[in-house]
Order: sequence, then C-alpha cells, then structure tokens
Amino acid sequence: MTEVKKIVEREVLMNGTQAVAHAAMYADVDVVAAYPIRPYTEVMDTISKLIADGELDAEFIVAEGEHGQFETVKHASLVGARTLVGSSGVGWLYAMEAIVVTATDRAPVVAIIGNRALDDPGAYGVEHNDALMVRDVGWLLAWVDTAQEAFDTTLIAYKVAEDQRVLLPVGISMDGGFLTHSEQIVRLPPRELVKDFLPPYNRGKYLVHPDNPITVAPQVNEDWVMEIRRQHEEAMERARGVISEAYESFKKVFGRYPGSTAEIQMPENPFVEPYMIDDAEVVIIGMGTVSKPIKVAIKNMRRQGYKVGMLRLRWFRPFPTQDVIKYLSNSKVVCVIDRDYSMGSPNRGGVIYHEIRSALYDLDQRPKVMNFIGGLGGREITIQDVEKIIKIGYEHRDTPITKPVYWVGVRGDPW
Amino acid sequence: MVEKEIEEKVYKSIIKTIKDVPLEEFYTSGHRTCQGCESALVMRFLAKAAGPRTIVIGATGCMYVANTTYYTTSWIVPWVHTQLGGSGAAVLGTAAALRALMRKGKIKQEPINVIAFCGDLGCADMGLSGVSNAMTYDYNLLIILYDNESSANTDIQETSMTPYGAQTSFSRPGKERRIMKRRWKKNVVSMIIAGHRNVKYAATMTPAYPLDSMNKIRKALSIGGPTFIHSLDPCPKGWDYDPKFSHELGVLAVETGLWPLYEYINGEIVYNEPTKSIVEGRMKRKPVKEYLEKQGRFSHFTEEDIEYVQKMVDEMYEEWEIPGVMPIKSINVKISD
Ligand code: SF4
Repeated sequence: MTEVKKIVEREVLMNGTQAVAHAAMYADVDVVAAYPIRPYTEVMDTISKLIADGELDAEFIVAEGEHGQFETVKHASLVGARTLVGSSGVGWLYAMEAIVVTATDRAPVVAIIGNRALDDPGAYGVEHNDALMVRDVGWLLAWVDTAQEAFDTTLIAYKVAEDQRVLLPVGISMDGGFLTHSEQIVRLPPRELVKDFLPPYNRGKYLVHPDNPITVAPQVNEDWVMEIRRQHEEAMERARGVISEAYESFKKVFGRYPGSTAEIQMPENPFVEPYMIDDAEVVIIGMGTVSKPIKVAIKNMRRQGYKVGMLRLRWFRPFPTQDVIKYLSNSKVVCVIDRDYSMGSPNRGGVIYHEIRSALYDLDQRPKVMNFIGGLGGREITIQDVEKIIKIGYEHRDTPITKPVYWVGVRGDPW
Repeated sequence: MVEKEIEEKVYKSIIKTIKDVPLEEFYTSGHRTCQGCESALVMRFLAKAAGPRTIVIGATGCMYVANTTYYTTSWIVPWVHTQLGGSGAAVLGTAAALRALMRKGKIKQEPINVIAFCGDLGCADMGLSGVSNAMTYDYNLLIILYDNESSANTDIQETSMTPYGAQTSFSRPGKERRIMKRRWKKNVVSMIIAGHRNVKYAATMTPAYPLDSMNKIRKALSIGGPTFIHSLDPCPKGWDYDPKFSHELGVLAVETGLWPLYEYINGEIVYNEPTKSIVEGRMKRKPVKEYLEKQGRFSHFTEEDIEYVQKMVDEMYEEWEIPGVMPIKSINVKISD
C-alpha cells in the first residue's frame, strides 16, 4: 500500500521574487550566483537570508557582473550542482554570451528574469524585450502571473530542465514591479513532499568529474554544428511532453494544479490559460500580469453583450502552437497585447503578435490578428485600455483590418 | 616567515629532481599547436603536475582552438570550455559546486584540483574582473595566465600583454610611426598579490624551466585557496623566430631581467634562479638587445628603442622597492606635529 502523505499547505504573504527564492530553497539548490539589478534582485536578497538562517545549504557566489554570474552557474551545473541565477533588463543582456552557452552546453540552469525595460533611457518598469532576447537560442521560457505560479513554476522548471530528455535551461519571467514586488498569499506545500516531486539532479554520462573525464564544448570548426543544433532543437521539442508530465506529476504530489489554489482555479493546461474563451468571437492574448486588467475588462464587456475571452501564454518556448490553434481557430479576431516590440518587423508589431500570426497561418479559416503594443517601461495597461482594445477588435469582426498595429496610449497619439 | 603548515605542504608537493617527474601524461597527443609552442608545454606541465583528480577549464584562446578539436582532444582529465572572459567565474562555479556537493553528501568527499587557464585577453584584459573576483573567495582553485603576448589564435593582435613596440597586426610599424604599441606590459602578478588578501600563493614562470614550472603548479595546488600563476610563453608564430629557439628565448627573457621568476608565498617574495642571483647581485643581467634582436617582431627597433627598453628594465631592478616585482618605493616621510 502506498503511503498517503497529508498535505497541509502553509499560507504565507510574499511577493514574486520571494516566492521563487522559497521554491529554490525547497528544491535544495547547491549553488546560487547573484549580481544586483532591479527588479529581480530580491530573489537573491531572500536567498542570502535563507542561507544565513540555515534554511538553505548552498554556496552563494556574488559575481563581478552578470556575465560572470551566468558562467558560474553554468559550470556549477556541469559538475552536477542544482543552481539558481537571474537578472533583469540590461543585466540579462550583459550576460548574453554566457546565457547562450548555458543552453548550447545543455546546462539545466534555472534563471529568474524580473522583466525590465532596456536602457537607454534607464527605467525600472516591466517590458518583455529583455527575456525575449533568448527566444531563438534554446532556452525554455515561461511567463508567470502570480506569486503562486512563480513558486510552482520554479519547482516545475527544475524537474523539466534536469530531465535527461531535455537538459536545457529554463527562464522564468515575471513582470517587474507588478509581480516582483506585489505581495500575495502563497500556499507553500510541506517541504518533504517536494522530494517526491523533484528527484535529485543527475547529469548521467554528461557529468564533469574526474571519474568521468569528458571534454565539454570542444571546438568543431565548420563540422558538427548542424548536428548539435538539431539535437538541441529536438530536446526543445521533447520538452513539450516533459512539461505536460511535470504538471500532472505536480498535481498528483501536491493535490492541486500548478498555479491553482483554493481561491484561484487554473484551467488544467500547462502552456496557456484560457479564460471565457469557449464562445468568444474576440480573444485577447497577453503574457504575465496583464491578464488581471484583461479579465476585469472581459467581465465588464461580457455584461454589455460582447463575446470576448482571453488566452494567456504561460510558456513561450516551446511555443504552444497546438493550444493556440485549438483555442483561436473559432474566433474571429485575435488581439495580441505585446509588452514588447520588434522594431522594423514585417508589420511593425510586437514579438508575440508575429508568433501568433505564424502559428495560425496554416489554418484554412484563420482569425484576423491585431496587435496592441502597450505597457512599455512599466506603464500601466488599464482596464479602460483593454476595453478599448476589445471594442476595436469587435468592430473588425466583419470589416477588414486597415491598421493592424496600435500603440496603446502614447502621449499625443490618439488611438 | 612563511607559516610552518604551508612550508610542510610545499615540501611534500615538490618534485626534487627531473628523474622524479611522473611519467603519466594527462595532456597528450591530439593537439594542433604550432611547432615550438611553449603554451602547449604549460598545458602539459599543469596536467602532469596536477594529476588525474583534476578538472581543467579552458577559456577561448590558442589553447582552446588548437587543443580541443572535436575527435582529437588532447585532454585525459575532464576539460570544459569557458567563454573568453569566463575563467574566473567558471573556476568559482566549479569549486563552489564541488564544495556544496561534497558537504551535502551528494558526491564523494575528496580533494579535486580545479584549474583554469586563460590567455592574454581571457585573463589580463576582458577576463580580469572575473579572475580578480575568483581571487577574493576562499575556494581551492588555480588560474594560470598563459601569456604569449598577443591574441594568438586570432592571428597575433596586440593585447595589454604585448611588450612595448612589438609588431602585431594591430600594431604595425609604418612610415609615420615606428612604434605603434606604446603601452607598457601590465604587471599582473603584482596586481593579484597587492589586491587580494586571500591569495597565499602566486608566481611567475616560463616553460624553459620545466622543474620550476611544475613545482610552482604543485605548490599552488597544495597551498590551496585561490592561487595564480603567470607564465611567459614564447610563441614562434607571433614572435617570429625559428621554433627551435623557444626555450632559448624563455631563458633570455629571464636572464635579461625582462621576466623575473619569483613566487609570492603568504606575504613574502621568493626569487627563483637565475632571477635570485640577479637580484642578489651575483649575476649580471644580459643586455635586452640579445633577447630583442632574436625576434622578428622587434626587427623595426632602432638603437634608441632598444635603449629605451633597457632603461625601463634597469629601472625595474634599480629603483623598485621589490626588484622586478612591485613598481613602488618607500620614502621617509616625517609627520610633523
Ligand atoms: S600561435 Fe603561438 S601560442 Fe598559439 S599555438 Fe602557435 S605557438 Fe602556440
């Protein structure tokens, strides 16, 4: 008979960064590398205190810069240590070289990205372009919405990253300020249960150790890069299945679906969060905390008879193509809210917009896709903004789209 | 006085005579370095001196590009590449991980040497801040700067390690300006020992003195903590000389006084022969001319340039508080009341 462990969750008030730090503590990380930059820094502030208090046994390296920070965890990971790292905005970019090789060396590092606008001009607020810089280099990327989801996704990230079928780093993005610094109730499961969910990190035959004297990342010149990139791509593809398994396993062990609590009921889909989408003619798409004003606006507009729903992307890499097709194919207009931009791109729109358009391209009956660039640098996307977006989308159910991309609420630019 | 404990560790680790050098090679065939490459010899010495319980981390540079071609890696011990500026962070990550995993019982407790090597750019230029950071921690790790005085794997460009006046593809003498490289070479070991209290061992070496070199690697590893070695590596391709003269140039660099051999052990400077004899006045320094004129990279030098280099070297021995090591002088300052 299998032992049934009683699940008594502790309710604690914490912000997104603290939630991640606690998840890393539960995951028993071995090496943490820190370097300050707002707004992610509090992950490391919290970890440092947890170590000082004896709650977590880990080496805490204060790097000389973000490049060093990411090189440190990459090498720690290659010798078998579970690691935590993170950054924001230009710090994330300063580390970019090390970030790329973390993926190409197949080091299952978990990084927290507290999304922040890129300099210049200096600003602390959220913008997604920082994390999106790695969309093409083989990192798994998740965008979380609540502190609970941040906690849960961190545990899932280790399980997925370290799976022998995957061995890829995971970046968990959270909106700077809106999630990194807003306190919410987080339900913490009993610590012992995490062991049932998360096995120890085992690098197998790729472990760097004198007992296993391998050469990692030798030079291949013009030869072999094709094969290595292809293997990497295949691991990314396998990650889809592994992510689904991890969410199921999480539910089995902790008795609730990741991101859900008694108060919040998340639909059981790892990749996307659909909201009032079943009969929706207009669907709003977003990532991160923008889901909050979207949901309120949808409720308001539904009362006025608008058939509108939301699809929030929870994972961005691998891209949830099948879910996007499944939930959007019956809608008429899709309004993508991008908290980012892609300068000079085909329709002068945002990154998510182009990804969604691409995912829908092969459908015989495809919805129209519109783009709304907003909330850059931490500007609020208000409920009124979303209601206006919904109205614009609704107007185009049967009329052709003349202006596919709107910038939301730019001073002096009526939209 | 060097502490007794350190003295014992050092004594146990050193190789007394050339006959006692271990026969096993851990850096072996398969590399594609140039004939007469002294940096390749540094790799061989470090692997031999450190033995099999070692993890080597190599930053981008000649010794990455020429040594670890897929299918023909020359490393018998585990070897990992790090980015050009990543050596300091990579050794930190590796050493920290080993400590955590051993403390937490996740891997067997045993001493494992963690060594990173980096070239001019990876250690003295781009990677300097990371190397410096590693030197402030208390992990057991060794960083070796293999200094061939140029960015050699990208075809001999100037770095901060390139000596005054030397020709590189970034410092070509021309009609208007004969000397393009006007900066004096950085004094890296001095920087390390002056700025990092945790470092108990740092040294200079050159592979022309094999026993001295291997023993310095042994001492660094046995004394432990963060340690640093700067090796001057004659490079036939970049310095433009016949490969058979590699050792001779290493010896000349030391005997002309350009490259003093010394160790820093827990707060004290120890000179090694023949630098010791030079500093103690038992041996006369050879003129730098003998060293310079054997290399094509100085072929544009006039007597005036040679004199200038000679003057700078003379100053190193005659004017500095610690000859050839620290460019400082103590003066008697009266503090008036
Ligand atoms: S270029 Fe110089 S350092 Fe590089 S392999 Fe050739 S001799 Fe050695």
